[in-house]
Amino acid sequence: MIFEGLSFTLQSGEAIALTGRNGAGKSSLIAMLCGRLRPDGGSIRLEGAEDEADLAEMSHLVGHRDGLKTALTARENLAFAQDVLGNAAATPDEALAVVGLGHAAELPAGYLSAGQRRRVALARLLVSRRPYWLLDEPLSALDTASQAMVAGLMRDHLAQGGAILAATHGPLGIEGAREVRIGP
Amino acid sequence: MRRAFFAILKRDLAVAGRAGGGGELALVFFLTLVVLVPFALGPDLNLLSRIGPAILWLGALLSVLIGLDRLFQSDEEDGSLDLIRASALPLELAVLAKGLAHWLTTGLPLALVSPLLGLLVALPGEGVLPLVATLLVGTPALSFIGAGGAALAASLRRGGLIVPVLVAPLTVPVLIFGVSAANAAVGGTVPFLTPFLILCAISLGAIVVGTVAAAAALRSAD
Repeated sequence: MIFEGLSFTLQSGEAIALTGRNGAGKSSLIAMLCGRLRPDGGSIRLEGAEDEADLAEMSHLVGHRDGLKTALTARENLAFAQDVLGNAAATPDEALAVVGLGHAAELPAGYLSAGQRRRVALARLLVSRRPYWLLDEPLSALDTASQAMVAGLMRDHLAQGGAILAATHGPLGIEGAREVRIGP
Repeated sequence: MRRAFFAILKRDLAVAGRAGGGGELALVFFLTLVVLVPFALGPDLNLLSRIGPAILWLGALLSVLIGLDRLFQSDEEDGSLDLIRASALPLELAVLAKGLAHWLTTGLPLALVSPLLGLLVALPGEGVLPLVATLLVGTPALSFIGAGGAALAASLRRGGLIVPVLVAPLTVPVLIFGVSAANAAVGGTVPFLTPFLILCAISLGAIVVGTVAAAAALRSAD
């Protein structure tokens, strides 16, 4: 048993900061929400979706792992994500410019620092339009300026009617984000 | 959906081309194995010629198996498997794209260099094209049977040797009919087409069953 008795709703335009100690189950909850793990009990309901399989198709997941191929350039990684996820929004070059990596589009992801790779992973949120952002410690490895940039991206997404659930150990930098705590 | 399928295929081909690893390693291993066999057997050209197709098929089989563990493991490790799972593309088609990319970068090059290596085992001239044909239609079966084992081991950190051990017994029919067809072309007791068509059927079956099995294994991996 990882956790039990957890209940919350996430509305359009709303952000939830998921907090809790290490090992409390924040990442497991996110894995359940994006359809990767199935809970032993309870249910996850998504308005407008027919079954849980749609959760994965309506959600963006940026987890602990960046999901980048080190042999491919930043642009190629984002183009791949756009083709695989569908619902194209910004072009890879536009998304990279937004996260401050326009100059690194041609560089293989393996040449980028941990913080830069994180920003490329976050740029994935922009190349494909999906209403739910499930972010697992989105600010890790980022400097202060990049954290402010990500907070800006999240605010823009909420303003456009999206919803965000982010596991975090610190403040997300979004006004009005509701806290849901797992465990003591 | 077609866009996602070709994106996975294109990405895996690009990664294989730039990062190397699986396909190139398989080719070098194939070459090494086939070069070593004549040293072990001695300068008996009749013996080499007789068992040449078997040596080349066994070499190709082992070469395909050694790199299979990375088929899904690398995607699992870097998180790009989560990206593929989040796609509207059914996981079966994603596995098909990855299996096809694996064959294009591993099985196909092995089949294409086999005439060259046939010289090392004194393969008769009339047996070269049939051997290439058997490897061309037989190696997809190895990639897709292997995909099932690779999917089972995707989340294992040290699953390297498990995949060949799991997969090798399942490839016995491919080996039997592949060698049988290649031998038939150089004077065997059965006509070439009989084992060759069975090999084609095995490959087609393996593509379907391997794809479905690998997708099921990836779904249950969590």
